[in-house]
Amino acid sequence: MADGAVVERDVVDTVLGFARTLRHAGVGASPDRVEAMLAALGRLDVLDPSAVYWAGRLTLCSGPDDLDRYDTAFAAWFSGRRPRPAPAPAQATPRLAASAPLDPGTGEGDDSDAPDLAARASGDEVLRHRDVAGLTDAEREHLRRLFALLVPAAPMRPARRRRPSAHGSVHPARTVRRALRDGGEISRLLHRRARPRPRRVVLLIDVSGSMTPYADALLRFAHAVVRARPVSTEVFTIGTRLTRVTRELRLRDPDRALAAGGQAIPDWSGGTRLGEVLKAFLDRWGQRGTARGAVVVVCSDGWERGGAELLAEQMARLRRLAHAVVWVNPHKGRVGYEPLTGGMQAALPSVDHFVAGHSMAAFEELTGVISRA
Amino acid sequence: MSEPTVPGSPDQLAAALEATGYLPDEGLATAAYLALVMHRPLFLEGEAGVGKTALAHALAQVTGRPIYRLQCYEGLEASQALYDWDFGRQLLHLRAAEAAHAADDPERLEASLYDRRFLLARPLLQALEDSPSVLLIDEVDRADDEFEAFLLEVLSDFTISIPELGTVRAQTPPLVVLTSNRTREVHDALKRRCLYHWLAHPDFDREVAILRRRLPEVTDQLAREVARATANLRTLDLLKPPGIAEAMDWATALHTLGARDLDPDLAARTLGAVLKYREDTERVRSLAPEALVGG
Repeated sequence: MADGAVVERDVVDTVLGFARTLRHAGVGASPDRVEAMLAALGRLDVLDPSAVYWAGRLTLCSGPDDLDRYDTAFAAWFSGRRPRPAPAPAQATPRLAASAPLDPGTGEGDDSDAPDLAARASGDEVLRHRDVAGLTDAEREHLRRLFALLVPAAPMRPARRRRPSAHGSVHPARTVRRALRDGGEISRLLHRRARPRPRRVVLLIDVSGSMTPYADALLRFAHAVVRARPVSTEVFTIGTRLTRVTRELRLRDPDRALAAGGQAIPDWSGGTRLGEVLKAFLDRWGQRGTARGAVVVVCSDGWERGGAELLAEQMARLRRLAHAVVWVNPHKGRVGYEPLTGGMQAALPSVDHFVAGHSMAAFEELTGVISRA
Repeated sequence: MSEPTVPGSPDQLAAALEATGYLPDEGLATAAYLALVMHRPLFLEGEAGVGKTALAHALAQVTGRPIYRLQCYEGLEASQALYDWDFGRQLLHLRAAEAAHAADDPERLEASLYDRRFLLARPLLQALEDSPSVLLIDEVDRADDEFEAFLLEVLSDFTISIPELGTVRAQTPPLVVLTSNRTREVHDALKRRCLYHWLAHPDFDREVAILRRRLPEVTDQLAREVARATANLRTLDLLKPPGIAEAMDWATALHTLGARDLDPDLAARTLGAVLKYREDTERVRSLAPEALVGG
């Protein structure tokens, strides 16, 4: 804080107030970042609004998503207008019965709401935060026990990096290091070889209205996969928009992880725009590396409200990037199911494995498909 | 003597960068200035080809410091970033000592094996030893999580301890520039140590100025039209929107073909210099040429 000390007191108050506004807007302006902003201001002209703008933006923001919020908060705070405090997500009024309170054990059964929800699914984004632990007690207990038993194995890929091993090619560095210890005598050759590494698994889970009865189970499945391989797994939810929930699902406890995931998903039970959202995923994450060489699992019923053409195009693109594409459709488990929806028809040519995902048995089968993909 | 040219304000730094041919906007100049005076690493994110790596080189030129570059990739290990022992030479040294019957004092012999001359310095160690310097950690998003954690340690106190030799501390912390193309989310703990700057595509005037500056042989007319067409391309929602690097390639290609301005026919023939996906090329070809060339 040596630099910050020269900054005057009212500047400090102004900056602290601004940081509070920013946190309301959803930018994680932590105290150490605020300290950095003050230090930066100490090096710049405090009376120059543009210098203040940059001092804050460079120190308080941590990603492109933060920049718009920063601009809005900056304009609001430094123009003297107090921004309306954003309503905290927890206070948002639940609009549907499925928005059970966070307290576990009082939730209503979701399945009975399902047809109603499916009927309500619309292009409009239904912005609400559902407690995903809100199943009936019996169901939740049942699923929890079963998911605890699920140990998904990761698919493996050959690695370039070689590690010490009893067999393989000679490891010169280790051999010589050993020789140095033995007084310069090479008494033994040490070896190294490549060991396979886990391949990345990307799960894209449809949380739109028509998938509501299955979304809980699919997220629990995703949690089991993340728990098994936290580093090489990515989970996104798709609906009217794309949300990355990997970080939330890394929480150890499944119920807390799912509650956190549920909080993070803004478009729960909304409509579906698979093609558009898949494109957003590929543009922002997939093409840059997340889907490259990965096993990508799309969990959806293929109920597409947008054009099927865009979906077909994006699925083809996904297939070119991914090592394997798995499509999980809960309805496939039903007797007599035919993939007739436009979305499914568009997607199937670009899918390597088409599997069911409606029961625990189907999930166990799915782990096998993923690990062999 | 070590730092004769540290500018006194963002504006001065911007002017100095411009003299090297790198044209920063106000935000980038402020970011680089603060990184320099606050001794904080600068974390640059943005699309490929907007000039993240070029900034590090320009800063090295402005400050007269040597630059060390660490290219990150999956599986990058500390020994490839910090230092390694030259085992082969150590072994030779041992044999030579034996031959000269100098091996009577084993402890001294062992100590002589871990002499600085057997140490192979990699970019991070080089940058600390040769301080003040510029350290470019390129495409940090390609490295593993473990490597990020390791970087965090080095970047927080700018010291490296070598068990056999002691601690290396930079007298002046190097100016660190980290770049990321966002293939992967970099850990928050690492970003928190840094100044964060999102580098966007330049606006029209700046892009024209950059083209004129870097490619003086290209006519003003051609530079303006290439900049306008590139800006148009960026609005088309392409798989890979062109960066400054692509705009420069395009202008160079057109100039090589003898163009003095951008006519639709030449533009169509040289699209390969600016677009890197078949889908993008087809998309642009299907548009009316005026949509691309006109403004």
